[in-house]
Amino acid sequence: MRLELREITKQFPGVLANDRISIAADRGKVLGLLGENGAGKTTLMNILSGLYRPDSGEILIDGTPRVFNDPAEAISAGIGMVHQHFMLVPVFDVVQSVALGAEPVTGAVRTFDRTTARARVVELSTQYGLDVDPDAKIENLPVGVRQRVEILKALYRKSDILVLDEPSAVLTPGETEELFTIIRGLAASGTTIIFITHKLNEVLEVADTITVLRRGRVAGTVLPSETNREELANLMVGRDVELTVTRGKAHPGEAVLEIKDVFVRNDRDEMAVRGANLEVHAGEIVAIAGVQGNGQTELVEAITGLRRVDSGHIRIAGATVDQAKPRKVSDLGVAHIPEDRMRDGLVKAMTVAENYILDSYHREPYSRGGRFDRTSIAREAQRGVDEFDIRTPSIETHVGNLSGGNQQKMIVAREFSRPVKLVVAAQPTRGLDVGSIEYIHKRIIEQRDAGAAILIVSTELDEVLALGDRVAVMFSGRIVGVLPSEQATKEAVGMLMGGVH
Amino acid sequence: MSSLARLRPLAIPALAVLSAFIVGSVFLIFTDIPALQVLFAGRPVDFLTTAFGNVVHAYVALLTGAFGDPPRFAEAIQQGTPQAWATAVRPLSETLVAATPLIFTGLAIAVSFRSGVFNIGGDGQFVLGALGATATALLLRGFPAPITLLASLVAGIVFGAAWGFIPGFLKARTGAHEVITTIMLNYVALQIVQLALRTDFMRPPKGSEPISQVIDFVRVPALLPLPGLRLHWGFVVALIVAAMVSYFLFRTTKGFELRSAGLNLTAARYAGMSAGGSIILAMVVSGALAGLGGAFQVLGTVTQMSNDIDAGYGWTAIALSLLGGNRPSGVIIAAILFGALNNGGHEMQIETAIPLDLLVFIQALVIMFVAAPDLVRQIYRLRPKSAEPGAPASEGAAA
Repeated sequence: MRLELREITKQFPGVLANDRISIAADRGKVLGLLGENGAGKTTLMNILSGLYRPDSGEILIDGTPRVFNDPAEAISAGIGMVHQHFMLVPVFDVVQSVALGAEPVTGAVRTFDRTTARARVVELSTQYGLDVDPDAKIENLPVGVRQRVEILKALYRKSDILVLDEPSAVLTPGETEELFTIIRGLAASGTTIIFITHKLNEVLEVADTITVLRRGRVAGTVLPSETNREELANLMVGRDVELTVTRGKAHPGEAVLEIKDVFVRNDRDEMAVRGANLEVHAGEIVAIAGVQGNGQTELVEAITGLRRVDSGHIRIAGATVDQAKPRKVSDLGVAHIPEDRMRDGLVKAMTVAENYILDSYHREPYSRGGRFDRTSIAREAQRGVDEFDIRTPSIETHVGNLSGGNQQKMIVAREFSRPVKLVVAAQPTRGLDVGSIEYIHKRIIEQRDAGAAILIVSTELDEVLALGDRVAVMFSGRIVGVLPSEQATKEAVGMLMGGVH
Repeated sequence: MSSLARLRPLAIPALAVLSAFIVGSVFLIFTDIPALQVLFAGRPVDFLTTAFGNVVHAYVALLTGAFGDPPRFAEAIQQGTPQAWATAVRPLSETLVAATPLIFTGLAIAVSFRSGVFNIGGDGQFVLGALGATATALLLRGFPAPITLLASLVAGIVFGAAWGFIPGFLKARTGAHEVITTIMLNYVALQIVQLALRTDFMRPPKGSEPISQVIDFVRVPALLPLPGLRLHWGFVVALIVAAMVSYFLFRTTKGFELRSAGLNLTAARYAGMSAGGSIILAMVVSGALAGLGGAFQVLGTVTQMSNDIDAGYGWTAIALSLLGGNRPSGVIIAAILFGALNNGGHEMQIETAIPLDLLVFIQALVIMFVAAPDLVRQIYRLRPKSAEPGAPASEGAAA
């Protein structure tokens, strides 16, 4: 079916989230909807799925105007949503999950007709090439497969229009490739697809047309064959963006971080890091690539004092920190950009100023004799906000109200506000838009050029290749290879990531 | 921030109190048997005026009972005698007397909640503080009164702090949940008091009841130089302590650690703060505040240690802290409100024969409405905290 949104406008208090947005997708085509965080993508999709009513504008399906008062009406009109955060019951199996809410029933007491449901799930998954074991429990499935279950759910409800909201955010590169194959298959069999993302490569690869949103408006609609990454980034951000930040040659000095035969256990008491060895020198960036769950998280926590080293040694600037507390590690001049910023890096219900001093609140000039110097705190926090271009109404705003990009800039500003010898950055740009990514990459390179040793851990291969003077690959708890940047190609690193030597 | 925005946190509690009184009056109208008889006699207008008049009468009695009667003040100004002034001010004085221990325990709970620790043991810390103060007063009998008084107050702090330290230490070291341990320690504390009150050291000569000797030789000085008023300096100290708690929480590094740990423990650990240390500190400060409350209660208000000294202050404090948004200033207002309800209720009961239980009913409703902020927002069509329901906050801030 052909879907068209015409002049959709939605006003929230203080924000015009959607300003006369028009998009269109033909039957069997993939529309890529590209935009930064806060560009209005999610609002638009919530309107399409019946969650919000637009203030003005029309939704047309095959040329007929439709009004959705609630999500159920949107579903019956053939619109299926696959959300970024899955809506699945962990203890259900695939058949139960897919049928939930639309179960076929049998007999006088209307019991769940599993046979019919299962047959339909199997039929759909073969028809569209969605390889899923219908009897597997959701909690035992990897993320990529769970996403297929979500897609199956939409197809099961006879969706002709499928909306995928940031579908690749949770996937490994391999799983993303598989997803694209599925999307192409669905489109070929007549499903209309709206693919929401902020990743340029993805829309170029999979979309038939691309509509770019910026600040609630359509910034442009282009064909992938007639555009390129630079143009898309420009449309998204409204200015030219350096997609791969240029960096000069590294001038490595002496080793700042030394990791020798390190073993670390995870929360389940299993050995997650098994004999890792790595050195990071002053003035160089070492980027660790690897699929999530190969011990990177535990290694970073061990370096930064959040987790104990089981055996082996970690030395920072000559000091052994195997059993050191986070405070001691930070005192050695370590800046830590944590993997999960909402969980570890920020206190959402505190202000920008309070978060700015979160790990140096006990030092001068912020405190003297245990009491805060509020003038200094305000002055320094304001300086950080200005210097790092953190978009916030004021330093008294709660950090939870900032966008993801600004929250991450806030963390980077805080960590770089101290003299730094070693930067440990885990997933420093996860979920951020191109403008913020460019900015954070530039700042990291600045720190390198100022002589800091930089360790980056990322599951984004593009990021690893863009930043690493040397690229290390972690697999199954070990560093299985370290390649200088000129040898670190996508293929070479990808092979190591998959455990192929 | 505009001055109106500053008042925002007050909106929900204030509306909760208003709602509770409205529901309370509906309850009053439909339990007013004489008035209902008028209704059943087929005179609905008369019923409404009578019943409504009764409600107004009851609430006026409540107010005058809690804060004083304007004619009495007029009389006091006219006559100018201390006796007349005492009569006029007495209701207010009694309200503040009732509020004083609630301010201390309310602050205790607010500190613990801000730190992410659930101190349900305010009662135990309060009675042990009172016991420590009593024992010290008896021990130092004969010394100059100011010294004995000061030492007794310090003993109250120490006993309360110690009783808070135990669950804090257990949680930090072993992970024992403080809700369980503090509740259980309440019972232990009450038994310790029982035991102590049976010793000859505590008991008045020839006494057999579990009540201590009167310790009025160290009495906290009265605040007003009027005859027969019980309001003492403990109330002023409570206000000062509230200001100190506020300073501690929001202007010191230790307070920052506690609040960080309370809001996001993993981030606090990431930032190099000691989680265990924060838990222990929070419990010690909390216990100390409750203990000081107990000390003032026995040294200022009742002058005699008994099991009855605790009127569930530790429990009421949980509600107070919630009502006051875990802010020291909020706790003061909430404590005075509750003090007023308890105290004014007596006057209302005498004047209108409406049982005191109505006030318990209203208090319960206040708490219920505060605990259900969305309900209050819907009733009064308030906008929710951040923009529109479901509108991602990030979109708002980014644009």
